[in-house]
Amino acid sequence: MNYKTKEKIYEKILLTSAFVSVITIILIGGFVFKEGAPLIAKVGLVKFLFGTQWFPTSGEYGIFPMILGTFAVTLVALAMGVPLGVSTAIFLAEFAPPKVTRVVRPAVELLAGIPSVVYGLFGMVIVNDIIMYVERTYLAGILKPEYQRGYSILSASIILAIMILPTVINISEDAIRSVPNEYKEASLALGATEWQTIYKVLLPAASSGIVAAVVLGMGRAIGETMAVIMVAGNTVAVPDSIFAPVRTLTGNIAIEMGYASGDHVRALFATGIVLFVIIMVLNSVATFIAKKGVSRS
Amino acid sequence: MADFLLYFKKIGGLIGMSSKIKVNNLYLYYGDFCALNNVNMDIQPNQVTALIGPSGCGKSTFLRTLNRMNDLIDICKIVGEVIIDGENILDPEMDVVQLRKRVCMVFQRPNPFPMTVYDNVAYGPRIHGMKEKSKLDEIVEKSLKASALWGEVKDRLKKPALGLSGGQQQRLCIARLLAIEPEVLLMDEPTSALDPISTLKIEELMEELKQKYTIIIVTHNMQQAARVSDYTGFFLTGDMVEFDVTENIFTKPCDKRTEDYITGRFG
Repeated sequence: MNYKTKEKIYEKILLTSAFVSVITIILIGGFVFKEGAPLIAKVGLVKFLFGTQWFPTSGEYGIFPMILGTFAVTLVALAMGVPLGVSTAIFLAEFAPPKVTRVVRPAVELLAGIPSVVYGLFGMVIVNDIIMYVERTYLAGILKPEYQRGYSILSASIILAIMILPTVINISEDAIRSVPNEYKEASLALGATEWQTIYKVLLPAASSGIVAAVVLGMGRAIGETMAVIMVAGNTVAVPDSIFAPVRTLTGNIAIEMGYASGDHVRALFATGIVLFVIIMVLNSVATFIAKKGVSRS
Repeated sequence: MADFLLYFKKIGGLIGMSSKIKVNNLYLYYGDFCALNNVNMDIQPNQVTALIGPSGCGKSTFLRTLNRMNDLIDICKIVGEVIIDGENILDPEMDVVQLRKRVCMVFQRPNPFPMTVYDNVAYGPRIHGMKEKSKLDEIVEKSLKASALWGEVKDRLKKPALGLSGGQQQRLCIARLLAIEPEVLLMDEPTSALDPISTLKIEELMEELKQKYTIIIVTHNMQQAARVSDYTGFFLTGDMVEFDVTENIFTKPCDKRTEDYITGRFG
């Protein structure tokens, strides 16, 4: 066999490998849409997305509480996880002596490797207990009794905040490290302090990467299922407090798929469509921001 | 006669009659490697001092010692004294931030921040606490005029600095320094990334600036050293081989190695 034929074969093998993921995403998307779309058509898109009643047995399919629950849990998680993660990234990129890095970095990697069900256990046993204690000791007069069991937006968010840390830390750190050293030197040589340099030069220059980190962390938080089911309480109701128990979109599918049948199954697939669309939008946003950052520098 | 007097004054500078910066027995190590070996030097106020020598001879390292930029390198160890206005800046107690306000640096590659022209110049005053818009406007204009850039950028102050040409960027970096009114300007091969016309502009600018500032320039270009400087120091593998009035270095060097270098026999 001459080298040209060999080259061709290698190229085809690589091409096929690359297409496996593309085909998979198309298959998954197509399948979920095929199963779920008829139900959305039947119920009506607006009623499906904004209906607040979810009674599959009597044919009521409104996922609005779950959409709200998903976003509430995600946003509160970002509010906690992003500052913590970006601060860690700044520390690792700018301050950490090698000895400290050798401890922090493996810890962050391990954090990424822990199975989500273990996070869930930790949440049920530790976080929920603490929150329940706070609810019953300090807020007993204010909160409804069903809000005093620890299962809440807050506890799910705390767990998610920890779970998105590796994503936020790694991507932000890369972004900060990729800021040309000249900017830092220029700033320090003007008599700026280390902190002024970080705050006024490094972070603005790394902002597109940091935003991408946040968006990807958000994707992770929206998609997380197991850990959230275990701590969020899973009540289908529009939440009105961060102590309210909620159900998320992913949780809805995972909890009910086991016993669903008929339209109920299709409604869960339709829930999947909504998730799919949210994640696709988020990914496009992340790609767009990352590209914008590249073209600017 | 006037030339002779000037020359006489310069010679006086060499024996430390009125130095701005005094360097005494300076050694610098990167780990085990000795990058500067017993450097002694008196640098005069309102003069241009050029440092020449082949790559890796320690001249940039020396320059970076003068405003403690070497602090950024962990394995770097410095012994000796650098006295600026009677104060040893190598003292661990020294306030490095204050020092760098007085002793500023222009780098080899123009490095404006990815902000507007205006924000680049206003950066220094702002971090040092200046908030008043009218004062900032005034400083920006004054600094850009002093760096001979005002005419070219006055209509695009709000445009990104990275859109300027290389030479303009370098003058912007100089303007950025002038905005915080330093005393000493350190220039690390400021024209090596620039075309001849931009280089000429920077050289003319240095002539202007030395009325107000003490300038130390590292250069690979010996004609440049001869053109712009009053004093020249020749570095070789960490030693300062010769330091003298520029005319002397280029016409009658004392050391054989200096002669070999400036006549182009090596380097």
